[in-house]
Amino acid sequence: MTSPLGKDLLALEPLTPEQIGLILDTAEPFKEISERAIKKVPTLRGSTIVNLFFEPSTRTRVSFEFAEKRLSADTVNVAASGSSVSKGETLVDTARNLEAMRIDMVVMRHGASGAAQFLAERIESNVINAGDGTHEHPTQGLLDLLTLRDHFGDLRGLRVCIVGDVLHSRVARSNIWGLQKMGAEVAVCGPRSLLPNAIAEFGVTVFDRVEAAMEWAQALNVLRLQLERMTAGYIPSLREYNRVFGVTRERLERIDHDVLILHPGPMNRGVEIDSDVADGPHSVILNQVTNGVAIRMAVLYLLAGGRPELAETAKSTPGGER
Amino acid sequence: MDRTLRRMADEIVELHDGITDLVLVGIQRRGVQLADRIAQLIAEREGEAPRRGALDITLYRDDLQTVGPRPVVGPTDIPGDIDGARVVIVDDVLYTGRTVRAALDELADFGRPARIGLAVLIDRGGRELPIHADVVGKRVELRTDQRVDVLVAELDGRDAVVVVPKTSPASDAGRAAATSRPKKPASSASRRAAGEESA
Repeated sequence: MTSPLGKDLLALEPLTPEQIGLILDTAEPFKEISERAIKKVPTLRGSTIVNLFFEPSTRTRVSFEFAEKRLSADTVNVAASGSSVSKGETLVDTARNLEAMRIDMVVMRHGASGAAQFLAERIESNVINAGDGTHEHPTQGLLDLLTLRDHFGDLRGLRVCIVGDVLHSRVARSNIWGLQKMGAEVAVCGPRSLLPNAIAEFGVTVFDRVEAAMEWAQALNVLRLQLERMTAGYIPSLREYNRVFGVTRERLERIDHDVLILHPGPMNRGVEIDSDVADGPHSVILNQVTNGVAIRMAVLYLLAGGRPELAETAKSTPGGER
Repeated sequence: MDRTLRRMADEIVELHDGITDLVLVGIQRRGVQLADRIAQLIAEREGEAPRRGALDITLYRDDLQTVGPRPVVGPTDIPGDIDGARVVIVDDVLYTGRTVRAALDELADFGRPARIGLAVLIDRGGRELPIHADVVGKRVELRTDQRVDVLVAELDGRDAVVVVPKTSPASDAGRAAATSRPKKPASSASRRAAGEESA
């Protein structure tokens, strides 16, 4: 018997609604642990986890690290710069060397789409994808789902619009798959140059005007304009982008219902989102950050159970009253 | 079960000479419902209910690496500060003592109570750790191939204490899939062997 999620968490696309529901439900009791005076449980004592970050990250790396430490795992952080990666070592060699030091899990962020799966197929440790290129960022998708569920109670029938740079966004893909599996209606809104050509194949509604998207949606997930990934002229200028697609208070005040505001961070204030919206009463941006730790604890907890050889011995262990 | 709980409530109050600083902490699941009922019964006598909390010890189990699929984690809710409080852990069945060991570890992460006691509805013997209960509803001697399940109306639709063969899934309905136990269909003979006791 393996973990209910399998060996790895690489993407939300291959998961079933039941598996996603299990992660969200498991995250609930983990929220409380972060509110305790001693924010630590002994669950993963003795487990060693490597956070392998080939791209810069603050929020995701710190969130994973807190989740690991609050479960009592031992953690090591490896950043691409200043490691043997910058000396030309391949991804598999790096991972195999780490594995030779007897690690249990790898949390990896990588610039290439599919890198997490590539690694997962080649090492025995559990692999958690912390973002791979423009493919997926499953734990971000999950924490967005949890934040929406906290607020609306149920994801079924919920209308969520993803606004902005969908083309470069792994967050957008994880959100689309996750939301659709949980029964929500998903739309995207952004300049056509920042939407994938095959956007229709995702089964989402496309809004060309942000005003129309706001009218339709109960929640907006505002994406960061990924300036570092834009090599060509996707948009005329940041000011123009803000004028046409910016989520501003004026625009929100013109519609007759409340719209919940999410943003995966880090924000370009005054570009895709205005400060008085980001800090406004309908923003749950900081709730997303808090939920991120709980979601990652849940994923670590569920994956760490997926050790087939241990599950075999467990079959002979009686349960019941303890 | 009601009469047994009433006696347990009285014993808890007597042992603590009142309900000052008393906190009843039920262990998920069923221990929580029993703690609620004992608190109500105490309130009937003393005019005031003691504080109540709930503890899920899953994350503190000593066999988590070997139990196979991950057990479902329930909510933990410790009300306020327990420093200096007199805590009574409430659970349905006391067997190996490992659950109580885990609960003691978890409580220590919330504070430093002046005293921690233990009240259980059923003590079935078979301890693997040096742990004993202060207040016991009923003691039963069972073989290691038997299991005792406590059913409570809040979760199971009725109050009952059931002794079943360990391999039988007979009383698993409604139980959280908290542990992996071998699932074999119970023979009709083993169902007949399943006796009910009134505690």
